Amino acid sequence: MDLSYSKQDKAFRKQVRAWMKKNVPKKDKSLSTLAPDDPRRIERAKAWQRSLHRTGYVARGWPKEYGGQGDSDVMRQTIVNEELILARAPGLIGASGLTMLGPTLLQCGTEQQKQRYLPTVLTAEEIWCQGYSEPGSGSDLASLRTRAELVGDEFIINGQKVWTSGAQFSDWMFCLVRTDPDAPKHRGISYVLIDMKTPGITVRPLVQMTGDAGFNEVFFEDVRVPRDNLVGDLHQGWMVANATLFHERNMLGSTTRTQMMMHNLLRLARSHRRYGKPAAEDPVIRQKLAELLGRVEAMKYHSLRQLTDVIKGRRAGLGAMVNKLVGTELNHDICALALEIMNSYAPLKRGADRVIDNGVWQYEFMFTLGLIIGGGTSQIQKNIISERGLGMPKSG
Amino acid sequence: MDFSLSAEQELLQNTAREFLSQECPPGLVRELYDDPKGFSPELHRKTAELGWTGLLIPEAHGGLGLGMLDMAVLLEEIGRAVVPGPFVFSSVLTTLGLVQAGSPAQRETWLPRLAAGQAIGTLAFLEADDRLDARGVRLKAKKTKHGYVLSGTKMFVPFAEVADVLLVVARTSGKAEQGVSLFLVERQAPGLSLTPLDIVDQTRRVYRAEFQQVAVPKTALVGKKDKGWKIVARLLDAACVALAADSLGGAQKALDLAVEYTKTRTQFNRPIASFQALKHMAAEMASDIEPARSLVWYAAYAFDALPAEASRAAALAKARLSDVYARTTNRAVQMHGGIGFTWEHDMHFWFKRAKWNEFAFGDATYHRERLAQLEGF
Repeated sequence: MDLSYSKQDKAFRKQVRAWMKKNVPKKDKSLSTLAPDDPRRIERAKAWQRSLHRTGYVARGWPKEYGGQGDSDVMRQTIVNEELILARAPGLIGASGLTMLGPTLLQCGTEQQKQRYLPTVLTAEEIWCQGYSEPGSGSDLASLRTRAELVGDEFIINGQKVWTSGAQFSDWMFCLVRTDPDAPKHRGISYVLIDMKTPGITVRPLVQMTGDAGFNEVFFEDVRVPRDNLVGDLHQGWMVANATLFHERNMLGSTTRTQMMMHNLLRLARSHRRYGKPAAEDPVIRQKLAELLGRVEAMKYHSLRQLTDVIKGRRAGLGAMVNKLVGTELNHDICALALEIMNSYAPLKRGADRVIDNGVWQYEFMFTLGLIIGGGTSQIQKNIISERGLGMPKSG
Repeated sequence: MDFSLSAEQELLQNTAREFLSQECPPGLVRELYDDPKGFSPELHRKTAELGWTGLLIPEAHGGLGLGMLDMAVLLEEIGRAVVPGPFVFSSVLTTLGLVQAGSPAQRETWLPRLAAGQAIGTLAFLEADDRLDARGVRLKAKKTKHGYVLSGTKMFVPFAEVADVLLVVARTSGKAEQGVSLFLVERQAPGLSLTPLDIVDQTRRVYRAEFQQVAVPKTALVGKKDKGWKIVARLLDAACVALAADSLGGAQKALDLAVEYTKTRTQFNRPIASFQALKHMAAEMASDIEPARSLVWYAAYAFDALPAEASRAAALAKARLSDVYARTTNRAVQMHGGIGFTWEHDMHFWFKRAKWNEFAFGDATYHRERLAQLEGF
């Protein structure tokens, strides 16, 4: 155990921080009123990822031949990720390509697919969305029914996806489709890449409880996709997808954002007066703050432990399985306490007169609840932990 | 940056787990529940042979010269096996008191004996008021020509009856932090009488210690007169880390036992481990325990390596593990159903130890408020 950072890592962090200071785009108020898929917003977000990539700060671990840095030093990417959050930099518009499609292609894609798709994921020239959930297939994802019939060298796709984040501005979708309706449900699925400009695709935005249209319904009507867009073997999509799901669920649970939220919560508790005195002086609020701080710190060190495991090439086990469950619930609980502290001010909306912190807590309170559900609900996480982590048998 | 155990620490962990599963099985815990002193001299001797009693003692005094993280790794195993006896109070608290503040003569006299398992120590700190701050220290130590005379009552002194020496926190002047002094008092000292307090968790025996004009020589003073609170505060941090580690091991064991049981118990024609109500309970327990392990390692590491962080980390760990151990054992008993509630089943050993650990040296509420003060909420 040695929690000090090496000279090289410290120097690298200093360099990254200086770069962020100069280059993180300032908030542009004129953009905040635009729809999430307004071309001006998209272009700005792509420019930001492009500039990060040019500096060598995006997916450093990817091989050089596909546009990456070929830098296997996990610590450096972690430092970049932390500094991005500390600098309050905008998120990456190409995140699902970077965190989900990329690792899957690197693991299961053909050479030609890697060369074709990976470089533009890095530069954000092409944005990807995930086509998994369907109206009838949520937690029971393998029951999905979007049908892909292989006719000659093409799949003909019919069906519907839902909760597809960013579909309205995505260029491509990595998608699970049913290629063999007669096989057992896990064995008739294939993983295909769909160009969103293909005729027959309709995207309909869904408004979330926050008021934003972040995700969509996507309809497929006789959509023709070349057979070359199949990733992995035909009917083996469930295995390919599990590689992706694994990346989604076990993404090194960075706790920097949680720590920043906790920091902001403490600031709010000190400054906001509740029933006549600063909230932080209320003994019950103090207890709740300290309880959350304990959970935040535990996750902070837990992620350092996992980072060490990755650096040393050790397999992630039960420790990593709990990240999604614990992390998302913790973030939501932090927001809930912020609302409790704000009391009568809590129901005010973004932009309202006298609203505190510009309504970010109210927004995040709702958004973080969405994250508890998305990517495998907390209940599904508990099934995974108990079955794969603790060896308890499947239900029913 | 390396947040992991060293190869030596992993070896210690494995050795300890194997040794304790052989030498301190639940059967021995059960036997010691009925023992008047709750202590096995034989087990104590064997742990001394492994070097555990001297883990924190410098090599020059016959110990292994290791640190708090090594100790936490060991205590996790001790907690897993709910080992009865004075180990924490002797080999962590008394030992650290002497290592950090003892005079050369005191160290020379006691450390080699503590390391070799020939002597046992304990900490006499709490009084009837049950206060953890310096104002709670009222047992009087009056200076005389030859030394000091101690008068007053200490409460909840762990394993006083098997201890050879008590590290006594006393009042030499004033009322608050200034004026607290520490003394080494031998159990046989005239005027010292012990009364066992019947206790639910029989792995953790406690005593009321009555000091009636107990005379000790000047050389019994540990550290400087009136300046003892700093040492006590450091020992309280050590106690928090130690109990957090013990709790971590106990919680893990309770979860393991519960999961194992539900895989074998059949109801409605299938193992009850297949019911989501129980699976989700188990998953929640694991989700509490996994991050808590990192927190305990951090607190132990900080105790030695990051002095400015040590108190904060100890409070965090103690608060969190108090909650986690209590909640985990509660659920582990429930997952066993009726059998978990019986005396005959072993589950109650961990359930009771969780409660002892929760309230000793400050409960979760106390440490959260302490944290709030340290953080300046």
